[in-house]
Amino acid sequence: MDARFKLIELAAFLDRVDRAEGQADFRLDAFRHALRELDGNKPERAKQVLLAFSDPTTEPIAKASGKGAIGAYAPMRG
Amino acid sequence: MRYIEPHGHMVSRVTDDYIDMVTAGCACVCEPAFWAGYDRSSVNGFYDYFCQLTDYEPKRAAKFGLPHFCWLCINPKESEDVKLAEEVVGIIPKFLDRPNVLGIGEIGLNKNSRNEMKVLEMHVDLAARHNQMILVHTPHLEDKLKGTRLIVDVIKRDKRIQPERVIIDHVEEHTIKLVLDAGFWAGMTLYPESKCSPARAVDMLENYGSERLWLNSACDWGVSIPLNVPYTALEMKRRGWSAEDVDNVVYQNPLKFLSQCKKFKLPKG
Repeated sequence: MDARFKLIELAAFLDRVDRAEGQADFRLDAFRHALRELDGNKPERAKQVLLAFSDPTTEPIAKASGKGAIGAYAPMRG
Repeated sequence: MRYIEPHGHMVSRVTDDYIDMVTAGCACVCEPAFWAGYDRSSVNGFYDYFCQLTDYEPKRAAKFGLPHFCWLCINPKESEDVKLAEEVVGIIPKFLDRPNVLGIGEIGLNKNSRNEMKVLEMHVDLAARHNQMILVHTPHLEDKLKGTRLIVDVIKRDKRIQPERVIIDHVEEHTIKLVLDAGFWAGMTLYPESKCSPARAVDMLENYGSERLWLNSACDWGVSIPLNVPYTALEMKRRGWSAEDVDNVVYQNPLKFLSQCKKFKLPKG
């Protein structure tokens, strides 16, 4: 029941996004990409979803522009 | 049930939280130095904060029968200002002999910047020179994987540091193996909205075993649940874990790690 509830919440979120106007936030692409990790019989889905949102680079950035994380890696933002 | 809250920012909490934690079986709380939610304007702000962590807060906790320990540092969220960080690192030795200080923490990275790396190295050097244990914060969300890799590299590079005296906190499914394979302890932080839920924490315990792992609630000024360690113990029991196995994770494991500091003593009984 808990998983069913959470799945419907996700579905309703995507319906809400469809109804919204304006340009999509870059994180929506990352979200849809991560969603694909849930499909099929691949192991370690939680890990794969986390990796899908992660910064894949290895070098420190020049300077922190703020303090908070935003949920998904955006190459343009660094 | 008994448990240890090994990572709780209690200066952010009210006395009702202390009452709830003690009622739930909390045997002691350990408080790493944290960001205040705003940047402190000078080293004097840190001096006052360290006095609060080493003097006032243990007295407040003692009113509820709860032993209070702490870790000292300038938090990674304030590490972009290297000059300020140097000043703060300079005053920490004055506090290291205080009876409730366990070591240096929570150091680490926030946005994985070059200045944050410099300040991390500064803290690791401080710990090595004073033979202190280390508690590490890993970055949030999209920054966690990269930050954890960078942190592991920095600490492993300093051969004066024994990995078994370091805990790298806030691990998730994509970083836990990296931390444990490097010989460090790993912490799972139980948050309602980010980091790790009780169910996922128990999943990780079942997948990776319970050696060198602890659970904590963070108990900070953001959205957090101070009783999340006992709630996770409840999840373990629901899945059929024995009372002894639950005790190993929520009490014996943090006891084992923290007891490497000679100042960490719990009252008998």
